[in-house]
Amino acid sequence: MMNLVGEVKPGMYFWSGNDAIAEAAIFAGCRFYAGYPITPSNEIAERLSWRLPQVGGIFVQMEDEIASIVSIIGASWGGLKSMTATSGPGFSLMQENIGLAVMMEVPIVIVDVQRAGPSTGIPTMIGMGDVQQAKWGSHGPYEIIALSPSTVQEAFDLTIMAFNLSEKFRTPVIILADEGISHMYEKVVVPDPRDVIIINRKLAKDPNGYLSYKADDDLVPPMAPVGEGFRIQSTGLTHDERGYPSADPEVQNVLVRRLLDKIRKRKHEIIDYRMYKCEDADIVVVSYGSAARSAKSAVDMARKEGIKVGFLQLKTIWPFPDEVIFELAKKVKKFIVAEINEGQITREVERASKGRSEVFWVGNYGGRWIFPEEVLGKILEVK
Amino acid sequence: MITALVHPIEKFVRSERLPHIWCSGCGMGMIFNAFAKAIEELNIDPKKVVIVSGIGCSGRASGYWAYDGFHTTHGRPIPFAMGLKLARPDLHVVVISGDGDLLAIGGNHFIHAARRNVDILVILVNNFNYGMTGGQVGPTTPEGVRTTTTPYGNYTEPPFNAVWLAAASGAVYVARWTVYHLRNLTESIKTAFQMKGFRVIEVISTCPTDFGRRNALPDPLDNLRYLKENAVYVKNPDPREADIVWGKKFIIGEFVKIEGKESFDDRIRRLIEIAQKELRRSDLQ
Ligand code: SF4
Repeated sequence: MMNLVGEVKPGMYFWSGNDAIAEAAIFAGCRFYAGYPITPSNEIAERLSWRLPQVGGIFVQMEDEIASIVSIIGASWGGLKSMTATSGPGFSLMQENIGLAVMMEVPIVIVDVQRAGPSTGIPTMIGMGDVQQAKWGSHGPYEIIALSPSTVQEAFDLTIMAFNLSEKFRTPVIILADEGISHMYEKVVVPDPRDVIIINRKLAKDPNGYLSYKADDDLVPPMAPVGEGFRIQSTGLTHDERGYPSADPEVQNVLVRRLLDKIRKRKHEIIDYRMYKCEDADIVVVSYGSAARSAKSAVDMARKEGIKVGFLQLKTIWPFPDEVIFELAKKVKKFIVAEINEGQITREVERASKGRSEVFWVGNYGGRWIFPEEVLGKILEVK
Repeated sequence: MITALVHPIEKFVRSERLPHIWCSGCGMGMIFNAFAKAIEELNIDPKKVVIVSGIGCSGRASGYWAYDGFHTTHGRPIPFAMGLKLARPDLHVVVISGDGDLLAIGGNHFIHAARRNVDILVILVNNFNYGMTGGQVGPTTPEGVRTTTTPYGNYTEPPFNAVWLAAASGAVYVARWTVYHLRNLTESIKTAFQMKGFRVIEVISTCPTDFGRRNALPDPLDNLRYLKENAVYVKNPDPREADIVWGKKFIIGEFVKIEGKESFDDRIRRLIEIAQKELRRSDLQ
């Protein structure tokens, strides 16, 4: 499977979602992982504890999830692409320092293999209830990038995309996986590395006059290498272009505006989705993660019945593809959102459709999959 | 002829950020000075020195020195420093933070980094209370004293013996000084810099604003005098005897100095070698 320097050889593999995430991380250049054991994410850590040292990378099992995320922020400052993986309870513990990574503008990847919650919930069973937490979990105003795979192949592809986006935008990126995808085994095609674009962070070159937080036109400040005389200043406090703390509301305004804009204004570089049979659809089923698999099947079943129904699979959850929904809302009468939570994306679709379409929810609160028949039932009910 | 007077540590300081936030009479300035002096005397390339701090009065130090500085979240400078150091083994990574930051909210990281023998130097500034937030009781506040959350005196929160905690958890260098003993402190920082592994220097500092004022030491000088009169230097002292009881003598000195213990970084590099050797061997089969 590996060559002499530990890289996975191009070809076909039979992997679980967690295996695919771990392998894709290495493929994307991740060389530092820190994490704390938690079901259902453990296979990612286990695989990386075996694989990272082979490629000269570092694996550390930390004392808790807080230490895990903070150490990957430190390692990323040290120049290594870094990742952690967890599930709901650990994801909750990480929230404060997701804010630190946003504020310090540090590229990191956080995998949240969602399980049924709240609290300890059902640790071994599927849930998708952390979607809004991924957006709002840390305090204060900020934007985040979150991606959600629906197949094991997507787990691989979106993990590479997560690293690329984190490096490009100097920001944390969250992979919202779930127990379904993470423990499912499927075929994965590993491409030739020459056919894959790998993005690395923009580095500052000249220490003379370097300001830690002076952004270029793309709203992203070049990142200085540590230990080269750049006199880096980085803090979670509100800071000016020099990185110096300030309690001036105008400095806060300028900084937060830029942090929001670097993602909002470049949404088109981030948003990825898949549209299926939407051209003539009266109803569109929107889904993501494991639930999307049942949603897609239900759409095929309904089409066989002659119902004009389409399917929209979200791969990028945050920033939310408002415009995609709004354009559809101009044409379709109804949306059905299939998700294993109380309607966390349903409310986004409601918001983004701006009253032009009716929006319905189908799903459950976690602990089991949504069945295609349930989604079909909803289609028949609202058509 | 007019000569501009330049302070000897000027080149280590971001002068444009002065005045600093510390109160007059605060012990932080002295620690700041001692550290820069140690770096200068050791002739270390300041580019290779990285400061990581947490939240609190002492946590602000990372922003005033001219080294690369990272001001992290409350209690978390140690795991940040660990990640940075593992990624960049060529750097001197120093954590400077307070007793609340490192021993209360960050206590878990402190003991685990010591257990792993992570190759960082930790300067633990102990001012006996939470200065930044107004002087609340902390994990090192001596029994009996008054703070803003122990208005009757501290009868409920027995303090950590930080020296013993560090030693028992696996630190390879543990020393304690006070801001009155600056020469010892500077020498101790120099010693620690030349070692590898998890090194802790506890510096008993002064906080006249929050702590001294409520404990009959409103004048900064009285705070220093208290340290001068009560700190007792002992050669090769026992960490277990490093408790601090208010109004009584306490021990300063070098408690632990272990050479040759494999650091976490070295263990990680060794692991990588083992894994790569195995990979090559399995490929031959
Ligand atoms: S509150 Fe105390 S520790 Fe903080 S700056 Fe003032 S004197 Fe120093």
